[in-house]
Amino acid sequence: MTEFEAVIGMEVHAELLTASKMFCGCPTTFGAAPNTQVCPVCLGLPGSLPVPNRRAVEFVARTALALHCEISPRSIFYRKNYYYPDLPKGYQVSQYGDDPIGRNGYIEIVVGGQTRRIGIRRCHLEEDTGKLFHVSPQTSEVDYNRSGVALMEIVSEPDLRSAEEAREYLVQLRAILTYLGVCDGKMEQGSLRCEPNISVRPKGSAAFGTKTELKNLNSFRAVSRGIEYEIERQVAVIRAGGQVTQETWRWDETRQVTAPMRSKEFEQEYRYFPDPDLVPMVFTPDWVQTQQESLPELPRQKQLRFQEQYGLPAYDAQILTETRALADYFEAAAARHADAKAVSNWVMGELLGRLNAASLDISESKVTPEGLAGLLDLVANGTISGKIAKDVFEEMFVSGKAPEAIVQEKGLTQISDEGALATTLDAIIAANPKEWEALKGGKEQLTKFFVGQVMRATKGRANPQLVNDLLKQRLAS
Amino acid sequence: MAELHTLTAHELADQMRRGAVSAREIAEATLARIAAVDERVKSFVTVTPEAALAQAREVDERRARGEALPPLAGIPIALKDNLCTRGVRTTCASKILDNWEPPYDATVVARLRAQHAVFVGKTNLDEFAMGSSTENSGLFVTHNPWDLSRVPGGSSGGSAAAVAAREATLALGSDTGGSIRQPAAFCGVVGLKPTYGRVSRYGLVAFASSLDQIGPMARDVTDAALLLQAISGSDPSDATSAPVAVPDYMQALRPEVKGLKLGVPREFFAQGVAPEVEAAVRAAVDRLVALGAEAEEVSMPHIDYAFPAFYIIAPAEASSNLARYDGVRYGLREPASDPTTMMERTRDAGFGAEVKQRIMLGTFTLSAGYYDAYYLKALKVRTLVKQDFDRAFERFDLLVAPVTPTVAFAIGERANDPLQMKLADVCTVPVNLAGGPAIAVPCGFHAGLPIGLQLMAKPFAEETLLRAAYTYEQATDWHLRAPAL
Ligand SMILES: [Zn+2]
Repeated sequence: MTEFEAVIGMEVHAELLTASKMFCGCPTTFGAAPNTQVCPVCLGLPGSLPVPNRRAVEFVARTALALHCEISPRSIFYRKNYYYPDLPKGYQVSQYGDDPIGRNGYIEIVVGGQTRRIGIRRCHLEEDTGKLFHVSPQTSEVDYNRSGVALMEIVSEPDLRSAEEAREYLVQLRAILTYLGVCDGKMEQGSLRCEPNISVRPKGSAAFGTKTELKNLNSFRAVSRGIEYEIERQVAVIRAGGQVTQETWRWDETRQVTAPMRSKEFEQEYRYFPDPDLVPMVFTPDWVQTQQESLPELPRQKQLRFQEQYGLPAYDAQILTETRALADYFEAAAARHADAKAVSNWVMGELLGRLNAASLDISESKVTPEGLAGLLDLVANGTISGKIAKDVFEEMFVSGKAPEAIVQEKGLTQISDEGALATTLDAIIAANPKEWEALKGGKEQLTKFFVGQVMRATKGRANPQLVNDLLKQRLAS
Repeated sequence: MAELHTLTAHELADQMRRGAVSAREIAEATLARIAAVDERVKSFVTVTPEAALAQAREVDERRARGEALPPLAGIPIALKDNLCTRGVRTTCASKILDNWEPPYDATVVARLRAQHAVFVGKTNLDEFAMGSSTENSGLFVTHNPWDLSRVPGGSSGGSAAAVAAREATLALGSDTGGSIRQPAAFCGVVGLKPTYGRVSRYGLVAFASSLDQIGPMARDVTDAALLLQAISGSDPSDATSAPVAVPDYMQALRPEVKGLKLGVPREFFAQGVAPEVEAAVRAAVDRLVALGAEAEEVSMPHIDYAFPAFYIIAPAEASSNLARYDGVRYGLREPASDPTTMMERTRDAGFGAEVKQRIMLGTFTLSAGYYDAYYLKALKVRTLVKQDFDRAFERFDLLVAPVTPTVAFAIGERANDPLQMKLADVCTVPVNLAGGPAIAVPCGFHAGLPIGLQLMAKPFAEETLLRAAYTYEQATDWHLRAPAL
């Protein structure tokens, strides 16, 4: 049977973290009452004129540089004309043609141990639309708070070959955006939206298949699942002798399937033309160089440094650098506790696990990097056992107390007093003569039983190494 | 003393300074004049007597306190009804705006308010400034004060008629392809289109954004300079306004044209220009030469293509600028069961025939497949036209031409001949494409109807325009004639 491969290109819209909108001074705060963040400009009132937000232009140029793009020396705003009630001017100010702010860049991703470069076709600036709500069959309402919010569009080349690669591309892109501080990357709130276009072709074929566009992917999970589903669907269509049609499909989160939205048989006529209300953006080489030099350390650079400096595996480095906040957290803890791998294990395991379960961001963690380092110190110097450490962590996570204080308060210090542990062990041996005989007879699995009984009797505080040693002594005698 | 409504702004300012007259008296005289003649002229869409009297009262209070007031304090000004005025309806003479009241002032309006000018009302225009006779107004037709059976020109026909009929001392118009100069010429007043970017467009309801420019209309050059001074200068709300310092235009008002080089482009005289118009304009050139200027014929080979290029570019921009009138947020709404049908019905009911025609034309030329052949080519022609001007201004300080090929035509005469109608702008359109300033000043009469002289200058050379126009005006008395109403 023919094997198929997927060809995926990503179109990502990132809402910029500017305090005001793209062409007016209105605030961009999320969740304000409808139509309270509007003015003549973003309502498109007659006579109003747009004035570009310099910060937004700078954000896009910096992102383009971080994506290894060329910066167009002269970049133009175009009008994209179409009618929709959420579009107050009857056109959207966007960019078009061969002079977006950035073009011809790439992102490096690592999937399955393979490093791949995914091409970036363009990186440009545009404005968001309002939001239309159908409140009843007779009534629709429009909220223009989002109208005119600065959006960055990043379009990749169709270089991605699997849902996993697409997800990793998005993870890396989001990391870059959050590192630069240009977007908060919150997919669930819609500040980062991705619309992949997907086609399949027989493996080895150079020609592209017919692509579909996928919308409504509001989480990384939805991105993976949606793309996987769409690839399988297309392969099934072709295997059944059918043809994929060029359409937009929508990911249905509750049913976990894709469903067709509208046919794209004829291209919509947008009548793009340069916006005469706006003057070209001119980027001088000096300005571009200044921006380039002031870029922060980016996720990929940080990953490589983490591997080098802390001796971490690539996998750890990748996860720890997904957000700047997480990377900073790790580095702060690693600066206080010498065993970087142990820090990495605890951050990736306990900390991220608990944060995800509680839907919290790293910035909301009550466990500080100092606290985590302190906890690991207590384990390393034998004050508490690894098992107790997990309980202490849980308490830290909930209350935010320092680990030393918790250990003190609850008397969790490890029992390393040989005499006390020997007494406990002997009592347990006396109470379980059958098991003891079996162990002596060579049933070594019972070692665990006796150590476990001691741990239970000491509420986990017994030094497990010491208990093991005592047990061996008694078996040998 | 002459009746107050007949005086110019600088004369009124003098009288007020001397304490001979109050702002209230001026406002009352102007409002009385409107009440007396506007039924026949129909310059105004909206008259705002209460607001005008309140502004005048404030001026008098400040005068009583001994405050030094700006030059336009207390001067009655009419505003073309495509300029946004806070709380005062702004119609663009279109049914689609349906008594819309802007929540904000256009920058020019705010600047005049800061000067304590007195706004007497909003004037009629061709719907969305698309037209050359004010017959395309969606509300009513304005009449030429010199002959009420004739058009005042357009699209700033209401402003031109108001100034000519002494219903306002000054007025603001907007000029996209001649909409200030052409009605100024038809009505025998002074009209100035500033350099693109000289005056903020913020609050001017857009027709064609790359061409639109607000400018003064007045009874003499001094008044035009006063009003230009008040509205000029860059504006942070308009990205296309130019960061160029504004000179003191009053300094330009001196009778001095010695050595001034005038180019007379022959293409401007070839396009159906009536003999009486050509004669009057050439006589004006001779007069300027007699006053010390030098004149020479020049050819601007691409001028003939300016008109068709304009009729690609302006409708293209308009088709996009007018997309916002969809019944969703303000203005007219024709109810329907779904948003798309509602938008279609609203636009069908709200726009007049001329506006619809231009929207369709612009929609067509911007469409994929036609864009290169029409819009892009028109932009290239625009560049060539601009180069013609640049070259001419290497040799000349000013270019001289008629404003219009004929004097004002009769109402209804060209209603069924859209090309003839549009050809009224054939001499004014080129400089809009090039971006420089131009002025229309009265230079004669034919059969009792005014003829206009057009002077064009390179970008930001308004001072040269004003100086030459002022010199000519001081040597003639065309501007002193008034229509009998
Ligand atoms: Zn706004």
